Amino acid sequence: MRDTHPLMGFVSRGFRGKRRDTASSARVPPGQYVVTDFPVLSAGPTPRVNLDQWTFSIEGEIDEPKRWTWKEFRALAAETVTKDIHCVTKWSKLDTTWKGVSVDTLMEGVETAAEFTTVFSDAGYTTNIPLDDITGNKAWVVYEFDGQPLHPEHGGPVRFLVPHLYFWKSAKWVRGIRLQNEEHPGFWESNGYNMYGDPWREQRYWGD
Amino acid sequence: MQEMKLDGNAIGGLLREIFTVEMTAARGTCASCGAVNELGRVQVYLHAPGTVVRCPDCEQVLMKIVRSGGRYWVDLTGTRCLEFGEG
Repeated sequence: MRDTHPLMGFVSRGFRGKRRDTASSARVPPGQYVVTDFPVLSAGPTPRVNLDQWTFSIEGEIDEPKRWTWKEFRALAAETVTKDIHCVTKWSKLDTTWKGVSVDTLMEGVETAAEFTTVFSDAGYTTNIPLDDITGNKAWVVYEFDGQPLHPEHGGPVRFLVPHLYFWKSAKWVRGIRLQNEEHPGFWESNGYNMYGDPWREQRYWGD
Repeated sequence: MQEMKLDGNAIGGLLREIFTVEMTAARGTCASCGAVNELGRVQVYLHAPGTVVRCPDCEQVLMKIVRSGGRYWVDLTGTRCLEFGEG
């Protein structure tokens, strides 16, 4: 009697195929898997944002804080970028296309000795990022995803995008950047999550 | 609009792991607004890097709980007092 079954080979081939996608793609950091949908993560209620009262600010260690109204912000030079994003809950999404304003554009003319920033949002969310990680063509303040206005559940009207770090750093409903001389842990960084969050070094938690 | 809000019963098991007693009838005082609510009645957001517990009266954060690799991180800054019975 033969217990081995040709299906076994079929099943394990399928499993290997899936693992190959996650393990060996040069674009997928360790421990991540690729999704084609766009999961929604949320630490609280989705804020209702009134664009008439919306502003984006750069404040903190800066001689004259900068502030844009929605109309002023939308008049700034915009870029369309296509990036891979990596969530600390282990999904990665490849080739996501966003439109928005480069942080370099917002920081034009800003003189500061600050080395750190806190990116802050409606609903009280904060995340800390070194200034060098949001300047030099590395971060954007975006209002379109895939050619459409950014949906509120994904952070619309405007979210932060810093794709080389875990996606919790890309704060939804972003309202500004606070320049700081010291690093102040943000919403998740103060409670177990890594201060820096490099997906390629799997910096998920404290001590990683 | 998609909301992913649950109530405190969704974390009954997680709270029992941490405090080692049944906690859904425990009473927490919100550090922001002072409201006192049983933990079974609070707002819970699970689809996030950790568990976020919010006050049902003012929606401010009462607790953040992160669990990984056999370790917990529990932020109770938003809970002024937690009253619960012995196990």
